[in-house]
Amino acid sequence: MSAVVRMLALLVLFRCGTAAATEVRTFQDPAQQQRYEQLVKDLRCLVCQNQSLADSDADLARDLRDEVYQILQSGKSDQEAVKFLVDRYGDFVLYRPPFNLMTLLLWISPLLLLFAGLAFIWRRSKQQNPAMAAELTASEQERLQQLRKTTQQQ
Amino acid sequence: MRLKFLIPLSVFALLLVLLGVGLKLDPREVPSPFIGKPAPPFALPTVHAAAQTLSSGEFQGQVSLLNVWASWCVSCRQEHPLLLQLSKTGLVPIYGLNYKDERPAALAWLDRFGDPYRASAFDADGKTGIDWGVYGVPETFVIDRKGIIRYKFTGPLTEEALEKKLLPLVRTLQEEAS
Amino acid sequence: MIPELGHIALIMALMMALIQSSFPLAGAAQGIPVWMAVAKPAGRAQFLFLIVAFGCLAFSFASNDFSVLYVAQHSNSSLPLHYRLSAVWGGHEGSMLLWALILGLWTLAVTIFSRGLAADFVARVLGVMGLVSIGILLFILLTSNPFERLASPPADGNDLNPLLQDFGMVVHPPMLYMGYVGLSVAFSFAVAALLGGTLDSAWARWSRPWTLVAWIFLTFGITLGSWWAYYELGWGGWWFWDPVENASFMPWLVATALIHSLSVTEKRGAFKAWTVLLAIFAFSLSLLGTFLVRSGVLTSVHAFATDPGRGLFILMLLAIVIGGSLFLYALRAPTVQDHVRYALVSKENLLLLNNVLLVTAAGSILLGTLYPLILDALGLGKISVGPPYFDAVFAPLMAPVFVLAGIAPMFPWRQASIRKVLARTGKLALGCLITGIGLTAVFWNPRDIATMAALTLAVWLAASALFSLTSRVRLREHWREGLRSQSRSVYGMTAAHLGLAVFLVGVTLSGRYSVEKTVRMAPGETVEIADYRFTFLGVSRVEGPNYVASRGDFEVQAGATAFRLHPEKRSYRVQRNMMTEAAIDPGWSRDLYVALGEPMENGAWSVRLYCKPFIRWIWGGGLVMMAGGMLSVSDRRYRLAAKPDESWQPASSASNVAA
Repeated sequence: MSAVVRMLALLVLFRCGTAAATEVRTFQDPAQQQRYEQLVKDLRCLVCQNQSLADSDADLARDLRDEVYQILQSGKSDQEAVKFLVDRYGDFVLYRPPFNLMTLLLWISPLLLLFAGLAFIWRRSKQQNPAMAAELTASEQERLQQLRKTTQQQ
Repeated sequence: MRLKFLIPLSVFALLLVLLGVGLKLDPREVPSPFIGKPAPPFALPTVHAAAQTLSSGEFQGQVSLLNVWASWCVSCRQEHPLLLQLSKTGLVPIYGLNYKDERPAALAWLDRFGDPYRASAFDADGKTGIDWGVYGVPETFVIDRKGIIRYKFTGPLTEEALEKKLLPLVRTLQEEAS
Repeated sequence: MIPELGHIALIMALMMALIQSSFPLAGAAQGIPVWMAVAKPAGRAQFLFLIVAFGCLAFSFASNDFSVLYVAQHSNSSLPLHYRLSAVWGGHEGSMLLWALILGLWTLAVTIFSRGLAADFVARVLGVMGLVSIGILLFILLTSNPFERLASPPADGNDLNPLLQDFGMVVHPPMLYMGYVGLSVAFSFAVAALLGGTLDSAWARWSRPWTLVAWIFLTFGITLGSWWAYYELGWGGWWFWDPVENASFMPWLVATALIHSLSVTEKRGAFKAWTVLLAIFAFSLSLLGTFLVRSGVLTSVHAFATDPGRGLFILMLLAIVIGGSLFLYALRAPTVQDHVRYALVSKENLLLLNNVLLVTAAGSILLGTLYPLILDALGLGKISVGPPYFDAVFAPLMAPVFVLAGIAPMFPWRQASIRKVLARTGKLALGCLITGIGLTAVFWNPRDIATMAALTLAVWLAASALFSLTSRVRLREHWREGLRSQSRSVYGMTAAHLGLAVFLVGVTLSGRYSVEKTVRMAPGETVEIADYRFTFLGVSRVEGPNYVASRGDFEVQAGATAFRLHPEKRSYRVQRNMMTEAAIDPGWSRDLYVALGEPMENGAWSVRLYCKPFIRWIWGGGLVMMAGGMLSVSDRRYRLAAKPDESWQPASSASNVAA
């Protein structure tokens, strides 16, 4: 049901609408606009918890977008805008989880899984490799021919 | 050699336990980063009088509750009788933070349903609410004598939460410093 | 009367499922042909009763019977008839009934297309499917009965969620469920083979078409869902890595791996234990998705089923079905032997590598989806894992998959020489690199390395798919004969890989070069984005059957041509929801997308305008992949496999051939 259930859930419980941010804002330059848009996309709305700040039309999301905008307008860095929200709402607002001891497993597990998989392939091939030269024996060849014939007849 | 075929089953067993525990958790609840930290300072006019100020300095020297409410908030009405009851007992002073409201509507609401608050700060633009990490009205904070936030309850208070969590905490906090 | 009839039919279906699993499984174990023979009629009867139950619920919706709680919650008399019918699966209870019905449909299909299979094998397959069915039907009857009556029915219903009042939503759930539930067939084949000890190439050949068909539906369902999210949700996105989206994507990834690994098992008799495990995984992830969607353990789906009893019930179902099959796997898999030999560098290993990458991707998505829950359960705080994480993990895992998908078809089985393959494809690869970089530099941005890399991959994928097809064709004297001599599954593979390339182009270009603007527009004003001039002509009021809307009127000037776009902001009467209906001008090379924001002073509106290059290629790619699946499934050897074959023996004759 993917996105459907998500939106359904939001609508039923919290009246989270489907309209994204519609504030008309002016920016100093395109770079600042891009920073703003990226930031609000990577931050999670606390009311409509399955939308980013950018996508949510919850009242609080609007206010928080304002805060982010003001912070950027005052010439501060992205980190300061993020810190403003994390100070108040915790790591929950970050769609990109910070890299720390707690999230270590989250970030390295894909690599671990991949290496485990590669090791699996390597070991399988090694185990049987010495016998690689072993082609079909004469009797096996014969049986193979026979089987081929019978399957063709079918 | 044989053991490796048990790996999927063991991982799945772990997953089952996790999901079982997950059934009892509320994924929506966001813990407040302010627990154990000083209450964010504010100085706002009160709902009743624009000239009067309620500031976070009030929390010094007494254990208090701060309840975030609004006249537009439906579930605030649900918890309201509990707050009224609590304020009558005089166990702990309750302060209000009137969040993103309009003054006449807020006053009418208090008139109609009763006013349990010692004072309510009028946070029209919601900036103080954001400073306190408010995301779902109603919310209730427990603040100790030193003005440090010790607990936060999100959503409408229930009798159970009040009896089992908030009040015992208030009592220990009151005893702690006396 | 009708709802009660439906309820009784549902109970009867449960009885049939009990019969369908008990006798045949016992019969297969004991070797009693009569008991085994019960499977087919019982399966067909189960389906019949499910049709009746579903029909009763549909009738209740059609006749506006608001004394049925579920109907009252999800319908309204002003709702058009076609939406009243699709509202049958608009909520938890009805969508579970749809799930059960589709399982019944797959059961029916197995009873029809299994004539060539050994009796005990069919009995086991249907028996296992019956077991799953029992679980689902008990779940519906005990915790989620759609036929529950209200003592005092309301005058009118609560209406269907406006988001679901849309054609995409009518089709999306049945397609997705066809995919999810279809994987139960591959699962049952796997469990049956483990039970009977008949895990061989023949098993893989029978499993493959079923897996392919399920995969086709799953691909279609996900594509539809993504397309729907794009045009209906009004924020121009097409994928959000939401837990519920992930729940549909993980089975897809594993099913994709399964298709490839089944082909190795079928053609070479290798990876048997691994393939069977994948078949179990694929359906397990479908079931897990059902749990995640309906239990409330993840935020995304909190409202779908607030009853914790439901969560616990599905959890037990998971424990029995998945736990049981994995236990069986642990018991039986050690006895499964691969007699095949292949070198480190061989097609076998490249396909295994593809499997490892796809499964790693699915595993990472699972971990990312559940990680917040893990931390929370351990009392370590709350975090969110969202699109930035998934993008960061997914892209590097997929890049080698694209490289492999291009090169693997050119590798021979058993043993390959990297040097030979490089000699054959080196020039091609170089050409793709130049094309990728050149296209990016000429049409987009000469400094955009990410796009260059992605376009190179896409071109490589497409070119190598065609190249390997032409080399196969060239083996024959005449090209016409060469084309004719290729099996359908070769064409299917080529098409699916081409689809993947198309998809990659769409994702890359729409992701990197979308232009988006939120502006205030007064009537008569013009705004320009990406060479398109949008003129706002004003807003008018429009009445729909169950909503009122503000309808915007935009004139778009694109070079010499001009056309109109009409985005709407709808207010649904019963549910009182505001809905943004974006207006989209679709195109091969770009979509123009206009959405109304909020009204401002003096008739002005805040308006969002997008130009999204090549975004349609995302879903186009999905459809091409699907077409590839269909071609593969129509391959002659699967049709032969479905025919009665009396000489069939459960012995591993096929694996001898491979050895």
